[in-house]
Amino acid sequence: MDSTVTTTTEEKVWGGGNRPLNASYGKLMMWFFLVSDALTFSGFLASYGFSRFKFIETWPIADQVFTHVPFFHGNYPMYYVAFMTFILIMSSVTMVLAVDAGHRMQKTKVIWYMFLTIIGGAIFVGSQAWEWATFIKGDYGAIETKGGRILQFVKADTGERAALADFAKTIPSERTELDRKDGVWFMSEGYMPSYTVNEVKEGLLANPNILIRTETINEDGEKVVLNREESLKKIRDASQVVEGANLIHNEYGSRLFADFFFFITGFHGFHVFSGVVINIIIFFNVILGTYERRGHYEMVEKVGLYWHFVDLVWVFVFTFFYLV
Amino acid sequence: MAHAHKLEIFRGLLKFKSNTQKIWGVLVFLTIVTAVEVALGIIKPHSLTHSHFLGMKLLNWIFITLTLVKAYYIAWDFMHLRDEKSALRRAIVWTPIFLVLYLVFILLFEADYIYNVFKDGFVKWNF
Repeated sequence: MDSTVTTTTEEKVWGGGNRPLNASYGKLMMWFFLVSDALTFSGFLASYGFSRFKFIETWPIADQVFTHVPFFHGNYPMYYVAFMTFILIMSSVTMVLAVDAGHRMQKTKVIWYMFLTIIGGAIFVGSQAWEWATFIKGDYGAIETKGGRILQFVKADTGERAALADFAKTIPSERTELDRKDGVWFMSEGYMPSYTVNEVKEGLLANPNILIRTETINEDGEKVVLNREESLKKIRDASQVVEGANLIHNEYGSRLFADFFFFITGFHGFHVFSGVVINIIIFFNVILGTYERRGHYEMVEKVGLYWHFVDLVWVFVFTFFYLV
Repeated sequence: MAHAHKLEIFRGLLKFKSNTQKIWGVLVFLTIVTAVEVALGIIKPHSLTHSHFLGMKLLNWIFITLTLVKAYYIAWDFMHLRDEKSALRRAIVWTPIFLVLYLVFILLFEADYIYNVFKDGFVKWNF
């Protein structure tokens, strides 16, 4: 059916102008780029796998990290990411419909489908920004030990997570956030945790309902919760209070998890963003009639390939970050 | 440019009348697969999380397989690989697959070794 070489006459073989793969130069170059980009993403995901297998017993559980849905309170793991995945697949569909309409030279249809694709991409990038903001802000707060491990807190009676604000004592102290007006002009600190280690310690001692949850995962795939005595012993190792996540501290557990989250979803988000920008450029070209005059809509097909690739990568990121 | 579209999916089990119809058909299929993934991820059936294959939970193998299925349909139908020449298709698909399998094998093996060093060696890190 598909033969490799498509020379019609033998004289033409060395005369140039052959298309053995039956694809134009631009399309082939787009494919080359996509293959190399795929290898870049594979490198990231493989190194994520490396770090995860290294700390397989203490890695954070994604269900307990990404639990929020905008405009709703409560614990809804996964639903929002599933929605984001669906949005991206949907925008892939409108893109492929635009390519299809381009083949038929239906300009108005191409315009509308491109428009919908851009909207889908914008919703996705916005959702990712929200996801980042939620992740950085954190929700319950935790304690970091001297060894750099994270201790989280749960309520003994219900098993629910306990926020630091639920039990920490307020101990009046002199320590306040250093503001620029209080010191020399170059001295200020960006952020000070809402509670000191001492306040959390005293709160834990005073409140028998609070237990410590460690990073270790047991055979049932759940984080190990210490009993009251072990909790009181463990809290002695506390070195600082962590709220939210950044590249150095991460209240959800292993800091590598946060690093890879920022790096991989950030790199992917940057791809989506540049995809939206390229789509917008092509969108205006279509409106101006550039491709109508050129006689074909292959440019739409090429950006389409890039857009589908972004979707393809997300399918893998979704699996390895949120599901597995 | 491939103007002639192949309109069959599932090895000819399902044949669509037009390319547009095929696109919607693939969307429905991808949505179903994603819904199954999310449902499994929320329910986490006990039988799947407690049985292992090659050192990984059965549930995770299911997730990875479904992901590859989704990737196949995105590449084949959205990126038109189904309509390209087989030589182009093979060059695009097998190059990353080969390299990724190689890389993943090496890295995961090494990571497992380091895990064992942390666990059984004289290194205390979890304190």
